[in-house]
Amino acid sequence: MVAVCPLYYYQKEKNRRFMFAFVIRRVTQAVVVMLVISFIGFAIKHQIGDPVRDIVGVSVSVAEREALRDELGLNDPFIVQYVRFVKNAAHGDLGHSFFFKKPTLEVILSKAPATLELVFMSGLIIILVSIPIGIYAAINPKSLFSRLTMGVSIVGVSIPVFLTAILLIYIFSVELHWLPSYGRGETINLHGWESGILTLDGLRHLILPSIALSSIMLPLFIRLIRAEMMEVLETEYIKFAWAKGLSRRRVWLLHAFKNTLLPVITVGGVQLGILIAFTILTETVFQWQGMGFMFLEAVERSDTSLLVAYLIVVGVLFVVVNTLVDIVYGLVNPTVRITGRK
Amino acid sequence: MMKKIFMVFLVVIVALSFGTMAGAKTLKLAMDADPVSLDPHVQLSGGMLQYSHMVFDPLVRWTKDMKFEPRLATKWERVDDLTMRFYLRKGVKFHSGNSFTAKDVKWTVERLKVSQDFKGLFEPFVGVTIVDDYTVDIVTKKPYSLLLNMATYIFPMDSEFYTGTDANGQPKDAIVKIGPSFALMNESGTGRYRVTYREQGVKTIFDAFPEYWDTRSPGNVDKIILTPIKNDATRVAALLSGDVGFIMPVPPQDYDRINKSKNSKLVAMSGSRIITVQLNQNRRAEFKNRLVRQAIVYATNNEGIVKKIMKGTATVAGQQAPTGFAGYDPALVPRYDLKKAKALMKEAGYENGFECTMISPNNRYVNDEKIAEAFAGMLSKINIKVNLKTMPKAQYWDQFDAQVADIQLIGWHPDTEDSANYTEFLLMCPNKETGYGQYNSGNYCNPRVDELVLASQTETDLKKRSAMLQEVERILYDDAAYVPFHWQNLSWAGQKNVMLESIVNVMNFPYFGDLVIE
Repeated sequence: MVAVCPLYYYQKEKNRRFMFAFVIRRVTQAVVVMLVISFIGFAIKHQIGDPVRDIVGVSVSVAEREALRDELGLNDPFIVQYVRFVKNAAHGDLGHSFFFKKPTLEVILSKAPATLELVFMSGLIIILVSIPIGIYAAINPKSLFSRLTMGVSIVGVSIPVFLTAILLIYIFSVELHWLPSYGRGETINLHGWESGILTLDGLRHLILPSIALSSIMLPLFIRLIRAEMMEVLETEYIKFAWAKGLSRRRVWLLHAFKNTLLPVITVGGVQLGILIAFTILTETVFQWQGMGFMFLEAVERSDTSLLVAYLIVVGVLFVVVNTLVDIVYGLVNPTVRITGRK
Repeated sequence: MMKKIFMVFLVVIVALSFGTMAGAKTLKLAMDADPVSLDPHVQLSGGMLQYSHMVFDPLVRWTKDMKFEPRLATKWERVDDLTMRFYLRKGVKFHSGNSFTAKDVKWTVERLKVSQDFKGLFEPFVGVTIVDDYTVDIVTKKPYSLLLNMATYIFPMDSEFYTGTDANGQPKDAIVKIGPSFALMNESGTGRYRVTYREQGVKTIFDAFPEYWDTRSPGNVDKIILTPIKNDATRVAALLSGDVGFIMPVPPQDYDRINKSKNSKLVAMSGSRIITVQLNQNRRAEFKNRLVRQAIVYATNNEGIVKKIMKGTATVAGQQAPTGFAGYDPALVPRYDLKKAKALMKEAGYENGFECTMISPNNRYVNDEKIAEAFAGMLSKINIKVNLKTMPKAQYWDQFDAQVADIQLIGWHPDTEDSANYTEFLLMCPNKETGYGQYNSGNYCNPRVDELVLASQTETDLKKRSAMLQEVERILYDDAAYVPFHWQNLSWAGQKNVMLESIVNVMNFPYFGDLVIE
């Protein structure tokens, strides 16, 4: 039977080799990113401040502080500290947080669920809101509703996210008492993942932060989908589909929308990075105990180990997300795969 | 039919309200940070001392009017110049179930002398001698006038609980600043509250200890849920929306808002944290001239800063320690007089002024950046051009120590709640060996001041001591050794039914064990 379809198995073998090369390239990319980020992080470490100041009281003598610095290895030359760090990192040890007195990876992983849930919920809001509105605005560009949403979206993108957050708190929490003003509420521990999504209280706490965070990206996505969709609707094959007599729903949602998605996915992947960066501001206002809040506190405390570890983790996250975006893009648009072969 | 429903509704409401009146009272407390550790000796800071008062008890503690009240020590008497005898309270239990006796006091003081943060404060102490199970003698190296002040820092810990080795093979009593330790996550004190849940930076739950010794305390709070809320606006919003019942500190810009709100109230009190500016005599020859320093003090409009920048939430200062402290002299008041300032500059020969640099933190003290900017503006009126640079506290202190600028801003609050402490750190001749003048970036050095402060340390006659410290303040005032601005106010806010007025004090150690929620 094998001899009957040699071409089929030949293609499969080529597929496998392609995937293998692809994965190796991506992993190398991740390692290079981590090295560059960690080097930069280390280089500015000395400018960030002295973590020992935060650990000891004001009246502690200079001699004591120096002794502590020696103990922490902060007085060694830069290269020595960096090499030590890279060696440890290869074993999965990204250092110890001065403040939390725990391995940095442990701290980051314990705070990650909070941020990931927030980003996930914001992403959900963005998808669920921008897609219908974007499609509608593309199909009926002159309607009042479309013009209204375009106008409001500009307001959303101009107001800084922390201001949006505080406004939301004051309106919905202080004045109306509808929603809680801070924190994650009740969380359930699922094998180490502190989840707030599974409790009603947790969901209530998730609403305002997600809205605040999504307000940055929402206007962008609505406009992007609208613009792309309008362009796609002008193309030849859509005109052909109309001519064929396909139902409106099929034309809009199956043919037009699928092709709109391609640039949106690419942009989305990049914007995810910006979203993660804005979690720092949003989490601070809502006292949301996620990675962003942890990062800001680490900067204020000069908890340099935690800082550098966070930068590396986020760097890896970016690489992973962009890889996924590329894969998804390849799946959605078969032409990429074929041309890639050449 | 409607009437029946209404009656049922009424009964349910009444029943529910009874349920909340009797039974456990829970306080939701929001501070700007939570304790860094459950080990009280790991760090000397306001936050850790506030925590200590909840979970441990001191031998004696300050009352609202700066007197001492007995806590774990019921009586004390001076045996001789170097020894003070403390009689300990009987029948007190630790959270672990062990009984509190003299050995715990001795153990605690020995640990304090080893702790990096506390050893400086306890340097004058030789140690504790056990007379019997409920009597101890605290012995000092020389006659020490602040013995009782320091006794407020002795929070006896359960020596048995903290003895032995933990699961990681480390001794249980290890004081570890930068790693895990037994005392970091476990506590056993005699205080009203036990820590029953702890997630650092997120939530700490304190439950009332059923065998707490102080049955005469009016406090009725059985559970305290402490959540840190770093962002000032969010903390206030949490109070106003009813999500928390007590917040501290309160940002001054929200005082009005809380006062106007229906369900919350604000309690503010003059504090002892002085905000000052130091003029570096080594960097700038002009500052060596007393007339120039005096001119700068006369050019500083303390009232203006308190009114316009602090919005009234501070008290103008002409000296280091506020009223109630040993060295306070009511005659030393702020002296804003621009004409006199200009005349002094002319007399000193600097009518055309000069240029100089200044640094200030921008996130350490209340409105620190604005105060620095206002001060720079005031100096420009006497032709001193100030180049101001502000920075976050994480970078500031290294620069302060390196004395990178001619004028540097610093605030100070005495750990000993005593006048001498200010001068010891801020204005005594800098001495790397003894540690005096550690924060004297002005390099002001007056042997008479040093002599008086050192003498005050061993002067046990409080009247004589007061006179010495007053003389110190007078010398510093006449010499214009530094520029004082004001004392920051302390502030707390809570819901109307939380009786916080009676538990707060000028040291900012709210005695939560005595808190009543109506």
